[in-house]
Amino acid sequence: MNARIPGHEAVARKGWLLANRWLLLRRISQLGILGLFLAGPLLGIWIIRGTLSASETLGFLPMTDPLIMLQSLAAGHPAASTAVIGTLIVVVFYALLSGRVFCAWVCPVNLVTDTAAWLNRRMGMKKVLHLSKSTRYWFMAAILLLSLGSGTIVYEWLNPVTLLQRGLLFGMGMGWMLLLALFLFDAFLLRRGWCGYLCPVGAMYSLLSPAAVLRVKADGRERCTDCQDCFAVCPEPQVIRPALKGDAQSTSIILSRNCLNCGRCIDICPHNVFRFSRRT
Amino acid sequence: MSDNNKKQQKENARRRFLRDSLSAAAGAFVLAVGLGAYQRSAQAVPARAIRPPGALPEKKFQAACLRCGQCVRACHANLLRNNDMPEMSTEGPAEVNPNASVELEPVLRLAESGNDIPTGTPYFIPRISPCRLCEDMPCVQACPSGALSEKNLLDKEKKEPSIYQARMGLAVLINHENCIGFQGLRCDVCYRNCPVIDKALTLDMQVNQRTGVHTRFIPTVHSEHCTGCGKCERSCILEHPAIKVLPLALARGELGHHYRLGWQEKEEAGKSLIPEALQLPARRPEELL
Repeated sequence: MNARIPGHEAVARKGWLLANRWLLLRRISQLGILGLFLAGPLLGIWIIRGTLSASETLGFLPMTDPLIMLQSLAAGHPAASTAVIGTLIVVVFYALLSGRVFCAWVCPVNLVTDTAAWLNRRMGMKKVLHLSKSTRYWFMAAILLLSLGSGTIVYEWLNPVTLLQRGLLFGMGMGWMLLLALFLFDAFLLRRGWCGYLCPVGAMYSLLSPAAVLRVKADGRERCTDCQDCFAVCPEPQVIRPALKGDAQSTSIILSRNCLNCGRCIDICPHNVFRFSRRT
Repeated sequence: MSDNNKKQQKENARRRFLRDSLSAAAGAFVLAVGLGAYQRSAQAVPARAIRPPGALPEKKFQAACLRCGQCVRACHANLLRNNDMPEMSTEGPAEVNPNASVELEPVLRLAESGNDIPTGTPYFIPRISPCRLCEDMPCVQACPSGALSEKNLLDKEKKEPSIYQARMGLAVLINHENCIGFQGLRCDVCYRNCPVIDKALTLDMQVNQRTGVHTRFIPTVHSEHCTGCGKCERSCILEHPAIKVLPLALARGELGHHYRLGWQEKEEAGKSLIPEALQLPARRPEELL
């Protein structure tokens, strides 16, 4: 008997478009945002200047990455007001909407790690490494301590998020090797290893939104046939179980702040168990 | 029995939590050590990379720069290259006005990954493309974090920021042996290209000992006025420039703080601080008396 391929049943029941709707929208969002950044240097259309670490949109709207800002503070620099306002805008936006929306809808590295996860799944790779899901929080704390100790923004030496985007905008240098290493790590050593266990940028965005509004809800959980497709495609599979398999009194809303709100479970479920909802 | 079970369950949960936390901390520690080691080895900035105008001192700069590249985007010389030049004043001497420049190499760049300059931080290489000293300081205006700041460009007399207060580095005539001027030939190219001509760079006249009758014009840098823009280095006619812009920390000597210069002390005090030197009898060989 052939192994079940996640998505086949969804496509068969709902049609290709509905089984890939949120994935397509997400790709449009990711590539569109990258395109807005690239339009300046490539076409001379300056909508956004800068990178994901700090940018200016339409000549007045600043945005600053909160983790980079925190490192700068830890390193001992009281930032100028533009960067502070930019950070506040980002923090408020993601705290209200949902922090890891950044990971699923904005971060360019998601394109790399999604591909790696797909490859990992199709090859039926077994877990080689065992890491704790909370490693990322410790790593984030370590980065802030290192910034404090060294007086420099240490993580920007390594940060694949800005490294990839800055590379596309200003020149990649040796950065592609790091991204290749990241891809191989995710594809062969630990599925979703980077985004799901290690990435301190994602950890920061997780911490931002303890009470975010946007949530996925396992609304039709009584229709669940235990096909496991959602667990197979979810970047943070541990967040689904409490909502999907909880008893009748428990909420069917996915409450974990680690949920990316990527909507892939909504796509992949052949029986439309999930939908986007609000925290209530 | 069920009490025991509960106890056991609690104990198991406690162990799981401990195990999980320990392995997470250990993983993070391994990553952090790697990052720290790499970061330490790469923190020194090579001498050829000069920071944009208004930059904080290097150590502080590395804490402040968000690696966003907005200064690079704002750099007028870069825009000129991309034909994206915004409307600009055409006033000012040709050396200073980027509109008058025909140089097409970009000035500001962001350090790429694997470069020996901290990744994502801005720099320029004077020999390839010097800073054009735009009077409106677009790179400084674009900086969101204060890593580049008008505060570092304050003209204390005029009480307003001025690009001529930039101290990006210091030009040093680093190899006078090969400088054409030192050979007694007329060159003057660095001098003529200096945006702060006759203040930051002067030609000092010396007797040409080789011919005995000619004058050597020696390019001489004055750190009080030199912005470190690098136009002298860019324009040096040698295969490799005899005059180079170096980071300030590398270029400048510093007098011991206990050191006093007698003539300055004398001027301040109005008189010599030590008794005037004794007039000793001149001792000459007998036959010269």
